[in-house]
Amino acid sequence: MIVFDQVQKSYQVGGRAIPALHPTDMTIETGEVFGIVGHSGAGKSTLVRLINLLEPATGGNILIDNENITRYNAAELRAFRRKVGMIFQHFNLLSSKTVADNIAFPMKLAGIYSKAKIRDRVQELLARVSLMDQADKYPSQLSGGQKQRVGIARALACRPTILLCDEATSALDPQTTQSVLRLLAEINKELGLTIVLITHEMDVVRRVCDRVAVMDGGRVVEMGAVSDVFLHPKHPTTRDFVFESESIDSQEHQEDLQKSNGRILRLTFKGESTYKPLLGSVARASGVDFSILSGRIDHIKDTPYGQLTLSLVGGDLDVAMSALEAADVHVEVVR
Amino acid sequence: MEALLSNVDWPEIGIASWDTLVMVGLSLLFSVLAGLPIGVLLFLTGKRQLLEQPVAYAVLSFVVNVLRSVPFIILLIVMIPFTVMLIGTSLGVAGAIPPLVAGGAPFFARLVETSLREVDRGIIEATQAMGASVRQIIFGALLPEALPGIIAGITVTAITLVSYAAMSGVIGGGGLGDLAIRFGYQRFQTDVMVITVALLVIFVQILQMIGDRLVLYYSRK
Repeated sequence: MIVFDQVQKSYQVGGRAIPALHPTDMTIETGEVFGIVGHSGAGKSTLVRLINLLEPATGGNILIDNENITRYNAAELRAFRRKVGMIFQHFNLLSSKTVADNIAFPMKLAGIYSKAKIRDRVQELLARVSLMDQADKYPSQLSGGQKQRVGIARALACRPTILLCDEATSALDPQTTQSVLRLLAEINKELGLTIVLITHEMDVVRRVCDRVAVMDGGRVVEMGAVSDVFLHPKHPTTRDFVFESESIDSQEHQEDLQKSNGRILRLTFKGESTYKPLLGSVARASGVDFSILSGRIDHIKDTPYGQLTLSLVGGDLDVAMSALEAADVHVEVVR
Repeated sequence: MEALLSNVDWPEIGIASWDTLVMVGLSLLFSVLAGLPIGVLLFLTGKRQLLEQPVAYAVLSFVVNVLRSVPFIILLIVMIPFTVMLIGTSLGVAGAIPPLVAGGAPFFARLVETSLREVDRGIIEATQAMGASVRQIIFGALLPEALPGIIAGITVTAITLVSYAAMSGVIGGGGLGDLAIRFGYQRFQTDVMVITVALLVIFVQILQMIGDRLVLYYSRK
């Protein structure tokens, strides 16, 4: 469990303290995939680097499994960092070492593994990230997705309990992003590893995260289960992110809504109700006519969801709404 | 051919070439041995680096700059008392080596500093995140990553030392430069001058070629 207790970070610039992270309280549970989204400069990069103290905190306490890591001395900190893997946007592999040597590197640094042990572990990790036949290549000979797989294998080498992902898929194309995310989800499930990932793509959060924190201007502005934050965003920044990920231009969206008549509702289906043929029967029972303004069906991690924006005319609106709510649909009156 | 090169004493040329080789070889060795740690320290104590130490950096940087800004011909002369103290003579091959190292080491140190700065900061960060100590970061990540740049630096330093070694002929340093000055310049034996210059050119060409090959071999980018 990672607990932030009033953690803050500021940089000294020309004698003035510029805050990068305002005092923040946060808890990340063991074994969950925790996403942090924000625009560049929102402080997410700082936040993730506080977890392994690559950036020392300027205030507050960080407790990891009930140990206050901000009190560690240099040697304790080095030992602790071995238990926290990290992957990066630009992979940060050593260009002078082969794939196998890159993966072996953290184990060699730890100095507690025998040569044979390292060799076996490297083979095991190569198999895990499906790069068995690339062991003797140099990073420059690999594609971006392969490089990130090497990065993941390297991060897992010393059997960490936490994996930090710093924009790990931002330099990859959509297909490669998919496969890297799938690998991360697999690792999370099979090894029970806690994953903290930062990203500026809400889509990444939607695919793999259990919970998410949205950051803006060095503050966590919204935090919660991905489905809640995603389907019912409260803070304007969160709303922007959700719209962005659905490729909705929020201004055009407003204009579309203004042009339609009647009552506008946003329906959110989750889980099994997503697949039920509900609208027709509700329309028949209540006598309302509806037109669909926008809609989408997708998945949040493993849960299917649907979201429809409808405009309703005529009939008995109250009957329609209570029928929808009875069917486990979240109804939000937009206008 | 005989008439054209009538003044050229080939055995003498052979000895002088060998002396140049020894001067460059030894002074390169000591320049690298002294310059590498200085370069690493310059890098580490620099701004926003692992062991940021503004005062140490300023002092080190100042010393390096002083040695680098003194024209080598002056450095040769200024160093004479120190060389005598160190080696017992300021003449010949041995006497030339201290001033050559004094000129070569700071030059090489700057090249090392520059090539270390070329190493991606992300790699240092990743190595830190693995729990590496500063020593491990230097030897495990920084130096291997900067190796091609450092080899290129050694090549440039070696070539600079060839020209420095030739200059040391002025204060009786021995080698091809000494020959060129004593015979080619002071006795107007143009043929000797031509031969020594030609040999120096060949020497530099060979050094550059070896350096380039090594850089290519160690570049994995």
